[in-house]
Amino acid sequence: MANVQLIGIKKHFGGVKAVDGIDLEIKDGEFLALLGPSGSGKTTLMRLVAGLEEPTGGRIVIDGADVNDLAPRERGIAMVFQSYALYPHKTVFGNISFPLSVEKMPKAEMQKKAEWAAGLLGIGHLLDRMPSQISGGERQRVAIARALVRKPKVLLMDEPLSNLDAKVRHTAREELKLFQREINVTTIYVTHDQAEAMGLGDRIAVMHDGTIRQIGTPEAIYHDPANTFVAGFVGIPPMNFLEREGVVIGFRPEALLPAEAVPAEESMRLRFIVERVEDLGSHRLVYGTIGGTKVIANLFFRTPIAEGEERDFAVSNRDLRRFDLRTGERVRP
Amino acid sequence: MGNTLKKVIAQSWIYGALTPFIIFSAAPFYVMLVTMFKRSHDLFSPTNNPFFLNEPITLEHLDLLFNQTLYMKFLGNTFLVGTAVVVITVLLAVPAALSLSRLAGRWGESVGIGIFLTYLVPPTLLFIPLSRVVSLLGLQNSLWSLVIVYPTFTVPFCTWLMMSFFKSIPKDIEEQALVDGCSRTGAMVKILLPLSVPGIITVVVFAFTLVAHEYIYALAFIQDSAKKTIGIGMTTELVRGDVFYWGALMGGALLASIPVAVLYTIFLDRIISGMTMSGTKR
Repeated sequence: MANVQLIGIKKHFGGVKAVDGIDLEIKDGEFLALLGPSGSGKTTLMRLVAGLEEPTGGRIVIDGADVNDLAPRERGIAMVFQSYALYPHKTVFGNISFPLSVEKMPKAEMQKKAEWAAGLLGIGHLLDRMPSQISGGERQRVAIARALVRKPKVLLMDEPLSNLDAKVRHTAREELKLFQREINVTTIYVTHDQAEAMGLGDRIAVMHDGTIRQIGTPEAIYHDPANTFVAGFVGIPPMNFLEREGVVIGFRPEALLPAEAVPAEESMRLRFIVERVEDLGSHRLVYGTIGGTKVIANLFFRTPIAEGEERDFAVSNRDLRRFDLRTGERVRP
Repeated sequence: MGNTLKKVIAQSWIYGALTPFIIFSAAPFYVMLVTMFKRSHDLFSPTNNPFFLNEPITLEHLDLLFNQTLYMKFLGNTFLVGTAVVVITVLLAVPAALSLSRLAGRWGESVGIGIFLTYLVPPTLLFIPLSRVVSLLGLQNSLWSLVIVYPTFTVPFCTWLMMSFFKSIPKDIEEQALVDGCSRTGAMVKILLPLSVPGIITVVVFAFTLVAHEYIYALAFIQDSAKKTIGIGMTTELVRGDVFYWGALMGGALLASIPVAVLYTIFLDRIISGMTMSGTKR
């Protein structure tokens, strides 16, 4: 267990600034989700921590020690790749025990530890199989067991759930969180899936163009976005934006409600032209325009509404967020 | 019943389609076998069917091959040179391919193509400058000249082959080994090499085959009968002037090609997976 500090980390590939000056501290035992669109530099940042890339500038400190000049194997980290990267010529046991065999650990101890890790992930019965003979979900568990067997200081995961089908992914997410809490290992988790980031992360760092645009709890990221990028990237559907009196006003689709549901004195009234209603069972997504700008409302399924209708809607003042028109940064009153 | 019939028909289609190919590949072996045991009269009489034995068999050609030429010596020389060249090729081509495919980036790609281009320069041109090199090294009329010269074409070809093979192994697996505690060399020895066995077998078989059927260099650099390899030995000792000793030539060719055919058959699956670059099953 350890904390990780990134100080002014940069990684440039030729003219491309994949990671452009990042300062970040991950606390001991914390689960940090790195969230961002593809090409935002999140995987590069993780590879820098792993030592698979050499930083162009800045320092990486793990557990108080500068690891810039250390090889990946000397950093006390473990990594789960998106592809799982299982050794195809080794059995499940061979895969899980590989990091121990490299350390030349005695056979009996190796057996014990590999069985412990396999037991933790519930794959004890697969130890004699080859990677080609097990399912995707099982491969993912093998990869995690292999990462945990050495009890790493820091666990790095690069979109480990993205190769699983939707159903398995949901249970895998839940289990991942449970066992991370159980063994309490400092974890950096890269994902482009905000549901994963929100559900798993103690904190989320939202990345864009090689920089961190906001870092905070899932709640803060969602309800208190620091800029229009975070507000527009997080949330399905994303935050609505309207231009009013020289500022950008943002509000979540679930905050846009029929006027009668919002107290008149503490709200902003809006004329909403409904274009299309998408019925999703528990709720409805209502697509339309306000003053020519496209917006989406997320309404409870019993709210009566029809396509082509023009109605008064309102957003409560406490749900309004203001952003600078030019920079997109949050403007606080 | 209907199903069984359908199966039989489907199967006979497959074998029917395969038959011409089987005949095509087996025909040379058959002709070699028959010719090897034919009496000379049978062999040279234009009225006799060349595909069958028309007269009782004879061992005179084998006697000529084994007792009046240095056939076994030729085989031994070929094996010796082949083994040495294979060892040199693997030792040079595997690390070269690894570094070109993994470490050198885009630059490595162009160097790889450059290396392959040298393979395309025909030996009929290269033997002229190379004979100067061989004589400078004092290796005229020595098997060592071939051991030195053959890698000039086996190494480029095999480097190219191994490069495409290494590229087919996902980079993740190698990086995983680095994270799991290996040094770069450790990752290569413990993970990459075991995964490259099909590629390495392909390289061994190809290098050996290239050596076994090489002709120009052997003709240019070797004069002593006792130092000749199979390709050159057979054609210089069993074609005397315009007299072709067909029986012995065919026998010698058949006996020399059987081990190669067996080797190919044993490793066929691995060679195919090496050639098609499907080194890892996912």
